This record gives sequence, structure tokens and C-alpha cells, in this order.
Amino acid sequence: MQVSERHVSELGDLVDPSAPVYLEPCSLTGYSDEELNGFLRTMLLIRAAEEQIAVWVEQGQVHCPCHLSIGQEAVATGVAAALRSSDRLFGNHRSHAHYLAARGELYGLLAEVLGRADGCSHGMGGSMHLQSRQHGFFGSVPIVAGTIPIAVGAALAAKMDGGTDIAVAFFGDGACEEGVLHESLNLAAIYSLPVMFVCENNQYSSHLDIALRQPSDRLTRYAEAHRVRAQTVDGNDVTAVARATADLVDAARRNSMPVFLEAITYRWRGHVGPKEDLDVGVRRSMTHLAAWKHRDPVRRLEEALSLAGRADAAELAALHEEVRARVTEVAASALKAPWPEASTLLDFVYAR
Amino acid sequence: MLASAPPSEGILAYGQAIRDGFSWLMSRHAEVFAIGQGLWSPWYVGNSMTDLDKQFGRHRVLDTPVSEAACTGAALGAALCGYRPIIIHPRLDFMLLAVDQIVNQAAKWRHMLGGKNGPCLTIRAIVNRGGEQGAQHSQALHAWFAHIPGLRVVMPATPTDARDLLIASVLCDDPVLYIDDRWLYEEQETVAPVRVRDLRKEGPERRVEGSDLTIVGASYSTRLALQVSARLAAHGISCDVWDLRVVNPLNVDEVIASVKRTGRLCVIDGGWRTCGLAGEVSARVAESVHPSAWKAAPLRVTLPDAPAPTSAVLEANYYPDVESIVSRVTACFGVGT
Repeated sequence: MQVSERHVSELGDLVDPSAPVYLEPCSLTGYSDEELNGFLRTMLLIRAAEEQIAVWVEQGQVHCPCHLSIGQEAVATGVAAALRSSDRLFGNHRSHAHYLAARGELYGLLAEVLGRADGCSHGMGGSMHLQSRQHGFFGSVPIVAGTIPIAVGAALAAKMDGGTDIAVAFFGDGACEEGVLHESLNLAAIYSLPVMFVCENNQYSSHLDIALRQPSDRLTRYAEAHRVRAQTVDGNDVTAVARATADLVDAARRNSMPVFLEAITYRWRGHVGPKEDLDVGVRRSMTHLAAWKHRDPVRRLEEALSLAGRADAAELAALHEEVRARVTEVAASALKAPWPEASTLLDFVYAR
Repeated sequence: MLASAPPSEGILAYGQAIRDGFSWLMSRHAEVFAIGQGLWSPWYVGNSMTDLDKQFGRHRVLDTPVSEAACTGAALGAALCGYRPIIIHPRLDFMLLAVDQIVNQAAKWRHMLGGKNGPCLTIRAIVNRGGEQGAQHSQALHAWFAHIPGLRVVMPATPTDARDLLIASVLCDDPVLYIDDRWLYEEQETVAPVRVRDLRKEGPERRVEGSDLTIVGASYSTRLALQVSARLAAHGISCDVWDLRVVNPLNVDEVIASVKRTGRLCVIDGGWRTCGLAGEVSARVAESVHPSAWKAAPLRVTLPDAPAPTSAVLEANYYPDVESIVSRVTACFGVGT
């Protein structure tokens, strides 16, 4: 890990992949079998879908830039658990997981990544421009921090509606270096808007370590500067994410106020594309990656379920197989989806 | 509580007409709200929004922190959730801090999400120049924004349009950049009651009919075109004056038809010359008018390619005035005195 002499790590064991405390199984306290099964199923679905997309990229079937979140599945899964379909979610360049956790259709995602007319964005978006409005996933875009103020506006609308819906913006540690995050936190704070800022701190922006980009790795400090309630959580522990989110979302709904969740995690693949050993052409440390893979959010939930006697090895294997089979089947039908008609090139520039 | 808004008819000045447009919209459409810096001050937006906060409440007329990007993004977010917000930038130059939200986000969401999710957003930008305000307080950047597919750009020249095109912009389902010009705020006109228009069908309007020379303007340059036309009429030169009104998507079919008759084109633009609106209009007309129909090469009247100066002496040379345009037109076309 490269470190600037100006950088101080304030997160301690949370960013040390060998720290034993964060290798432990998840705590299952307070969650039903159904909820836990749902967490596992969602994480497995995200992983299997992205592994399929990775294969397609390597085969040359998918050409658009694909930013994979394998290894980070617990964040989207745990956050989505506290949300409802009338909430308003906004993603970023790395949003397959957000889309799927929000219950977006797998077929729509795979067809979109393939550039097909059946895609969730009619084949106009590819991997980086996803939406599933009916599930509350309003959109993802690749401009860093681009959706953060938009989520604040969706929260303004929610407040004007007079209900208890909230808006959620997913972004990464790199987005914290964009000025608009600060404008958005300030605006949300002074207007008391029900928005959750979800920062997935995977410690890298493209190829560059946070230690070379920021004087501290603790990103809740941005929220604190704007008097926004914030919490840091182990982002590879799905129940820890779900618990922290539930508390924050409850506060946002009840009090119409902004909240900030920082989830510490790590991506297993490079910034863009399927390779593990490369970030935009720059070599990654495979030792560091191997250590982080041991903090696997899927393993930690499965071990917890086994230890608690709430799932046995056969059941877990069957679930893996079921999810994989579903992805394989849906992928096959997405490959048969039609291409967009050339005549649709100008169809969506303006409303009709 | 103030008395209800004055009726939107009779003699109205441009600034007051904008205010009437807001009042009309907010009285009839609960989903319309206004957000921007300085909206609770009589200073920032001239007389164009006076006391709207008192009339409709500060929950619908929101003054904001000094955060152009976040506030524009917030208006966009609300627009995706069923509202029809108007984000106001009291000076266009400062709106540049929000260009990502306008160009990358508002203009593209509908297209890149396959038509599934587009914002009904109006962005109001005010051109406020002269008075020795200098390079960062004077820009007219409509050509930049008219370059962007997906963003409608509207430039009213008259009080009626200032009101009715504001209403049409807000009721349109696309993102619209509505640009008004402080130099027009005192312009008066007898206006009819509001006519609700479909912005998609609005385009250039002929302001004066003539046969010798086609003059094209937008916003303040339409006013210049009318003054130039009046001066030339005194010399027996008959001008066909067109007000573009909407500069993106740009439709110049009627201007082309006009030039086919007159054989001469002068485009007056408040922006710079290079890659500007005057060049775009001239090019489109040139593509469609046979060379044999031209009696003279087209003339562009624009700002010189330099940032705005401060000193009044330099300002007087920087902004084209009626006198300078008349002399250029007469020299260029070999007409007049």
C-alpha cells in the first residue's frame, strides 16, 4: 500500500484485511431466516451476474465499460434491506449491485449491458446508465458524484410530498473529493432533507490509493463538517450494514434529516473490466487482494448461518446452484434479445 | 398577504411579465416551485420575481446557499420525482458552476436511460451585462448550451414571450434553459391574456415584414434588429425581421424562405463570433439558399472575440449598438445613406 506522508489512517483495523475481528462471521441477531436467506440470495445474485458479465467482457460479447462490484455485495444488499420501493435510489458508474439489490430485473440488466433493446434503458445506456424506476432505482450515471445533488433534490421532493420516503445516493471514496458532495451535504443539512449518503469506501479511486488522495481515510469527517449524522461500518458484513442502515434510515424518515453511511469494503476486480490484477493498466497488489478476499461478505454470512445451525452445507450449495442456474438461463435469453432498431437513434433526445 | 397578482394583460414591462408568468404557473400548478440564490431579495433578479415568496410562501420560493451545482442538481432530482421546478441563476456566469448538472445530467437522462426517466426542469439564467461589470458578470453563453442535444434553449425578446415562453418552458416535459436579459426588463408592450403554448411547436416569429434584407435576432438582439430596421426604413430599405425565440432545437425554415426572397441576411447575436449562434444561422441558411439567390454575402454582427471589458469607454466599443450596426449593414450591402 502506497502512503503519502500527509496521510493518516483513522480507520485502523477496518482497513487492515488481516485484522481477525473483521474476518469473523456476521452476527445474525435480530434477523429472521427469511431475511438472512434474502441477504445471501441477493449477494450471490450480484456476484453471479457480475461473473457472467466479466466472462462476456473477456469473450468480447460485451463492449461497454463495466465496473464490477464483486467483493462489495454486502453494501448494496444491506442498504437495500432497509428501503422500500417508494424510496428514491441513485447510483454511479459501479451500480449493477445497487440495481439488483433494489430488485431490478436481472434480464433488464444483462440485456442492457449487452446493448439490446430489451435492456432496462432500452439499450441506450449500457452498464453505466441503468434504471428501474418501478423499483425506486431512478438512475445511475458515471460522472463521479453526479447523482449526489440529484438525490438531495429527490429528498426535497419527498419532503414536499409530506410522506416519509427518503432518497439514497450511492457513491465512492473518490466522489468525496468532488466539491459537489460538500454543497449537497450542506444543502441537505440546512433544508433538513431525508436523504442517505452511502459512501462505499473501497479505498481506491480508479488506480489511486486513498492514502495518496486524502489526508485521512475516514470519510465520515465530511458529514461531521456539515453536522450530518454519520456512521462507519464494516462494509463486508451484511448484517452490520443492514443494522446501521436501519438506524440511519429510521432517523431520516422520522425526523426528515440527512444521514451518512460509510461502508468500508474492497473490490476484487480492477476499476473497470474483469481483471483482478489491473487497475486501468496499473498493477495491483495480489497479496493485498488475497487478504481482502478472505474478508468475503458471502463467506462471513454463510459461516454464521452454518455455525448457528440455520443452514447446512447442502442447503448453501443448493442455493449457489439455484442462483447460478438462474443467471445462466437469463443470460442465454438476454443473448437472444433484439438489437435496437437503427431508427431509434433520435427517439429519446426529447420527450414525445 | 399581498393582494392577488395583477392581471396578466394590459401594458406590461418584460420584467413584470416574467413575474406574471411565475404567478400564473404557481397559482395553477402545485408541482411548480422556484429555487435559486437571491430569490428573497429584490436585488438579484430585478423586478422579475418581486414578492413571489410572500405571495406563494417560502416553501415554494426557496432561497439557497451559494451552491449552484447542488441547487441545480436538487432541482433536477425534484423534477425526476413529479415536480416542475425552476432553478434560477441570477447571473448566467455563475451558472457555469452547475454545467455538469445541466449538460451531463439534465440534458442526457432521458436519452441515456432509454426514455424511461427524463426531468421536467426549467433552468432560468439571466444575462446581466454592461455597467462596467466586466468579464465574469456579462456573458451571453446561449450558443454553448444550444449545442447540447436534449436541452431546449429559449430566449424571449418581448414581454408577451417573456411570460408565455416561461410558462411553456415549465409545462414542457424536457429540460429547458430559459435565458432572459436585464437590458430588456423595461421594454413595454400591450399584452393579451396568457396563451398556453406547446414549446415543441414554437419557433421564429416575424416581427417586421420586408423585402430587401432579412435580419435575424434573439432576445436583446431582436430589439436591436427592430431599431436597425426602423432606421433603414427611413432610407427606403425594407427589412424582414425575424426573432428566433427558441435557439435549440433551432428551426430556421422561415428564415430560409425569407432569404430566398430578400437575397440578403444579417444575423445579430449578443454572443461571440466563433462557433456562435450567428454562424449557425448563417450556415443553415447558406446550405439551403441557392448561390444564385444571394445578392450579397451574409453578415454576422456579434461581440468581438474578447471577454467583456469594464471601462465604459471600452464597453461602448464592445457591444454593438444601432448606429454601428446600421453603418455595417449599409457598407456590407451597398444600401442606405
